[in-house]
Amino acid sequence: MDLATIVKALGLKIRHGADLLDRNVTGGFTGDLLSDVMAHSSEGDLWITRQIHQNIIAVASLKDHAGIVLVQGNEPAADTLEKAAKENVPILVSDLSGFETAGKIYEILNVRGG
Amino acid sequence: MLKVFRCDLHVHTCLSPCAELDMYPRKLVERCLAVGLDAVAICDHNASENIAWVRRCAEGTPLAVLAGMEIASREEVHLLALFDIVEELLPLQEWISRHLPGRNDERRFGCQAIVNDRDEVEGFCDRLLIGATELPLQAIVERIHDLGGLAVASHIDRESFSILSQLGFIVPGPPFDALELSPETGIRGGRIRYPELEQFSFITSSDAHHIRDIGRAWTDVRMHAVTVKELSMAFRKRQGRTIEE
Repeated sequence: MDLATIVKALGLKIRHGADLLDRNVTGGFTGDLLSDVMAHSSEGDLWITRQIHQNIIAVASLKDHAGIVLVQGNEPAADTLEKAAKENVPILVSDLSGFETAGKIYEILNVRGG
Repeated sequence: MLKVFRCDLHVHTCLSPCAELDMYPRKLVERCLAVGLDAVAICDHNASENIAWVRRCAEGTPLAVLAGMEIASREEVHLLALFDIVEELLPLQEWISRHLPGRNDERRFGCQAIVNDRDEVEGFCDRLLIGATELPLQAIVERIHDLGGLAVASHIDRESFSILSQLGFIVPGPPFDALELSPETGIRGGRIRYPELEQFSFITSSDAHHIRDIGRAWTDVRMHAVTVKELSMAFRKRQGRTIEE
């Protein structure tokens, strides 16, 4: 499943990475504790979080995530956006809650296949 | 003359909602003296109203009282701000209070008592002290430094509300003056577990919420006197000042 399909289906706002939407999403991970995300997420995951601190970019890059979705309309911090550009990490914003965002992405990945 | 001071730089009072009511100033000072502490920093969650009372209780005793606060950043990272006297901390307190949303609900979170040196309740703080501020960690560290204080990352080995649990690793940017380890880990345990943080000074503190917790951990600091300036020199290993590991 490419990132573009998910962006379109959920109406996600693209804060960085309009040119990176052909990335393949193979799974998802939800978490706000970066230690936990580092320990348990996988390559290809679309990471859903409320955390907007610049360290999310390093974690997503380290774990080779397909991208990051910030929930409840939360915008990335300025230094987070700068880092995203440097590391080529797509940053998307969902107006939905974390629960709804994860639910919809889970449905898309499982119904249409990863 | 340089001397080793036994310092507990992270102790709560009954002002913190999660602390026991018997952590009132007079009893707290008595306990600090009984376990042989030379210095204590009072660090309530996002608040400072009991510091002056603790200081008054310690007048005429060998116990030095530093003015501190344990602040929760918007990333829910806890950090300590340390100052010599509460007056220096007030601009920080005002800023923190302005950016701390919510009202306390005693039944759910616990009572936040301001208690004077005669064991009388002066009042109750109604701010939601257990909550997190809306302020970014980096801005808080900068503000503490601007006001002449020290910034210490709280209990970095804990699985909740620590910089490592919330943010995965220590962020670049304005540096912490020291990192704190829980009593369970201690400074030595921290050195084994976090070799990558070798360049930081480590301290360990009781993070006492109950009177019996005071004395379960402290940091021995070699310095000239108990002041923030001397502590800062010890954290930087200047002119013989140092943290005894």
